[in-house]
Amino acid sequence: MADTVLFEFLHTEMVAELWAHDPDPDPGPGGQKMSLSVLEGMGFRVGQALGERLPRETLAFREELDVLKFLCKDLWVAVFQKQMDSLRTNHQGTYVLQDNSFPLLLPMASGLQYLEEAPKFLAFTCGLLRGALYTLGIESVVTASVAALPVCKFQVVIPKS
Amino acid sequence: MGRGLGGRVTSGGSRDAVPGAGPPKMAVCIAVIAKENYPLYIRSTPTENELKFHYMVHTSLDVVDEKISAMGKALVDQRELYLGLLYPTEDYKVYGYVTNSKVKFVMVVDSSNTALRDNEIRSMFRKLHNSYTDVMCNPFYNPGDRIQSRAFDNMVTSMMIQVC
Repeated sequence: MADTVLFEFLHTEMVAELWAHDPDPDPGPGGQKMSLSVLEGMGFRVGQALGERLPRETLAFREELDVLKFLCKDLWVAVFQKQMDSLRTNHQGTYVLQDNSFPLLLPMASGLQYLEEAPKFLAFTCGLLRGALYTLGIESVVTASVAALPVCKFQVVIPKS
Repeated sequence: MGRGLGGRVTSGGSRDAVPGAGPPKMAVCIAVIAKENYPLYIRSTPTENELKFHYMVHTSLDVVDEKISAMGKALVDQRELYLGLLYPTEDYKVYGYVTNSKVKFVMVVDSSNTALRDNEIRSMFRKLHNSYTDVMCNPFYNPGDRIQSRAFDNMVTSMMIQVC
């Protein structure tokens, strides 16, 4: 099993690289959003492939909640070596996945320091969730929020068709 | 072995029909259908009957959809990916398999090939699934495009020869 830090270092470099080429020193909303959507797009493609590869031996998913449980358990364990700490839903297409010690935020701080920088490190993972959901047949919008590092919440909204 | 252009319909041609011997005995067709029900990959042998196999695969999609929706309503733990025999015709038997990502694999086997057992068909589907997963993980593959990977082609060829 590969060392978990390998992915963490790679991810950190990805974020750093995208921000290093930001020509506008004043972090205007335009430039930031481009980089965030690039990261999200990367995560999306990776999520698509993982969504195909990981559930290979499992039985067919019967309903939406099964897919979300798969994300919280199997996907999270495969990528971050731990399960999601809590999954809540309003049973109307909105799910909140909470991770109390998100591995990508863990080495940064524990508390409110670096709170403004946190979204950059969550964009890839949001895309990852959205990509995996997409492969499994669910179109969704995934956003993340941080109240205090390293606790973060991923909100998955599945529009009713 | 002939190859179509850009991964369009190709035919295996792994065995030449004996002249004057009637219809070839071990014809096989393998198709990969996307979740939106368009073909990602379809290959059949021999050449002459391509359209017939396309039509067969197309009609089998209805049966696949039936089985999938039956699976959803069944309370029994009937959530297997392998769908089994979809429908038999007088010359051919059609088998199906659906992945968790709703990608369907359809395999047409010659009816006279009675030596082919259920677990052999299952293992062929598993190989197809594994190869498809590899295609998905290929960075040069854009999900939703036709499958043009040579490795996938070779795997399908080996299965068609095996059945033949």
